[in-house]
Amino acid sequence: MLEIRNLHASVDGREILKGIDLTVPAGEVHAVMGPNGSGKSTLSYVLAGRDGYQVTAGSVTYKGQDLLAMKTEERARQGVFLAFQYPVEIPGVTGVNFLKTAVNAVRRSRGESELDAMQFLKLARKKAKELGVSEEMLRRAVNTGFSGGEKKRYEALQMALLEPSFMILDETDSGLDIDALKVVAEAVDAFRNPQRAMLVITHYQRILDYIVPDKVHVLAGGRIVQTGGKDLALELERTGYAQFVGQAA
Amino acid sequence: MSDGMEQVRSLADQKYKYGFVTDIEADVAPKGLNEDIIRFISAKKGEPEWLLEWRLKAYKLWLSEAEPSWAKLRHPAIDYQDAYYYSAPKKKTDGPKSLDEVDPKLLETYEKLGVPLHERAALAGVAVDAVFDSVSVATTYKGKLEELGIIFTSMSDAVKKHPELVRKYLGSVVPYSDNYFATLNSAVFTDGSFVYVPPGVRCPMELSTYFRMNAEKTGQFERTLIIADKGSYVSYLEGCTAPMRDENQLHAAVVELVALDEAEIKYSTVQNWYPGDEQGRGGIYNFVTKRGACRGRASRISWTQVETGSAITWKYPSCILQGDDSQGEFYSVAITNNFQQADTGTKMIHIGRNTRSRIISKGISAGHADNTYRGLVRVLPKAEGARNHTQCDSLLIGDRCGAHTTPYIESRNSSARIEHEATTSKISEEQLFYARQRGLSEEEAVSLIVNGFCRDVLQHLPMEFAVEAQKLVAISLEGSVG
Repeated sequence: MLEIRNLHASVDGREILKGIDLTVPAGEVHAVMGPNGSGKSTLSYVLAGRDGYQVTAGSVTYKGQDLLAMKTEERARQGVFLAFQYPVEIPGVTGVNFLKTAVNAVRRSRGESELDAMQFLKLARKKAKELGVSEEMLRRAVNTGFSGGEKKRYEALQMALLEPSFMILDETDSGLDIDALKVVAEAVDAFRNPQRAMLVITHYQRILDYIVPDKVHVLAGGRIVQTGGKDLALELERTGYAQFVGQAA
Repeated sequence: MSDGMEQVRSLADQKYKYGFVTDIEADVAPKGLNEDIIRFISAKKGEPEWLLEWRLKAYKLWLSEAEPSWAKLRHPAIDYQDAYYYSAPKKKTDGPKSLDEVDPKLLETYEKLGVPLHERAALAGVAVDAVFDSVSVATTYKGKLEELGIIFTSMSDAVKKHPELVRKYLGSVVPYSDNYFATLNSAVFTDGSFVYVPPGVRCPMELSTYFRMNAEKTGQFERTLIIADKGSYVSYLEGCTAPMRDENQLHAAVVELVALDEAEIKYSTVQNWYPGDEQGRGGIYNFVTKRGACRGRASRISWTQVETGSAITWKYPSCILQGDDSQGEFYSVAITNNFQQADTGTKMIHIGRNTRSRIISKGISAGHADNTYRGLVRVLPKAEGARNHTQCDSLLIGDRCGAHTTPYIESRNSSARIEHEATTSKISEEQLFYARQRGLSEEEAVSLIVNGFCRDVLQHLPMEFAVEAQKLVAISLEGSVG
């Protein structure tokens, strides 16, 4: 599904990613763990195509296509979804309006017919109910005034509506208490199927109790310094990242 | 990031959609401005002596005045002698009696603008007094309005058929001596709309006028007068587009509203005149004086405007809250892109007791544009219990534009309550990235965000206008993001 080869990327001229190799086959969930400042968020932004994140070398192939050649929205329409660590507030734009526009943009690119307001509302209500997102939240402006937990549930709702094939979860566990984490993580885990793949970026392993990864990679100093099975996450929880800091730099 | 800026710039080159010129034989007065021209206009319209005198008084005063310079606007000097002050579509006989008699080319123009006059009138129940250049060419639904005693006609027609009303109210809200541009308008106005709603009558349809400038170098000097008699209600819509031109066209309209006891007037504008090209060449200079007098007790006037066009906008729709318990409202969206400049806002003058006013202004700036909100809230000594709330928000798109807020507040009554809130924000890269990550194009994202920003204002527009306005907002800013 996703193949990253020797990826180098910099922000404002400073190199953050220093040669990443990572392959995520369809049907698998890979966790990327690492200390603060190791390049975890940079990796998610580079994959999603954020302005200002300059790829200086390497390649990323997604479903056989050159991902880096696609515009941000094109990647999204092709099924790349980033669940944000800090979803941004968009005042004045109601969730219903925003989500309908997004869903129809994706449907258009898939050659599917657009949903009208009634069809969309029916779908949104159903998915929202499953995720514990209230109708009232759908009517509010996107992420505006939401609590940390609400924002993350809202990200999961968007994922459910857009039905992506490759999901990147950027520190989805941050700012969530245990109960909220369980709701969101279980919802995300329910998306797993043989046609989908997932990259779970996290500092702590607790989210991996709910979304059990097939592989765990340790990112430090802009490189993958170790790869293992799900037990590696538990080991890291015990030993910490200290052993890796400085190793890759 | 710089990539985004490049995109913005290229997308900001969005061409003006309505740029075309109708080839119609114009009946034009000689170029320039002098007493003879004014006499020509007055004679052409068969006006009574008092009106000619009024025009000439205005003209003499205007000669002694200078253009105001207090607004935050820059433009080359206007050569008032290098313009035509009268042009009218040629009449076959004495003017069309029905739509069938209207010049088909004219109707075609409206078609291009998306205003199929007859269809629209029939389907939407909108009565249209279409001002093409300076003379009204077609008025629909007159019969239905007449039954209710509502007068909705051109100003020229009103001067002939209802001289007593015109004489009583013309210049009673905006006197000919009011300001440089209003004075000029008083001297040379050619046509406009006239509305009178009799006591207790609720006008059953939105009254609508489509203004359109056509003949080259023809200044537009519309004069509109709306009178809502005791206990009546009327909603008036004004919408504009203009053909593409290289040379600047001057527009100096005057709109006067009078609301008597318990009457209510809603006045909505969507202004989309040619804003000039991406280099700032051409475009309309729009110097408008709009003012409403809440003359009666518990009367109400509400201005809603969506200003997306013109190279220069100088416009302050205001309310004089004279009657006790009267209410004034001003809801505004002003969008400037490329090299457009807008200096717009309102004046709320509280004279009567317990008068209330509400101002919501949304200014959006993109490209190299400058957008200024200029507002005055004045509470006079007798305005016991006056209240005002002002909300003034600016949105910046890109890093080369400007937003300015200049509120003046003067209170001479200690019981008055005046609130002013202001915010300035930018469409952030983060918001755009978020929206694009969900599959929205940059244009879709900007359109959603801007429409969200304007929602408080757009919801005050009548339904059919609100939809149009939303589209216009999106078109005006397509891709102007950084």
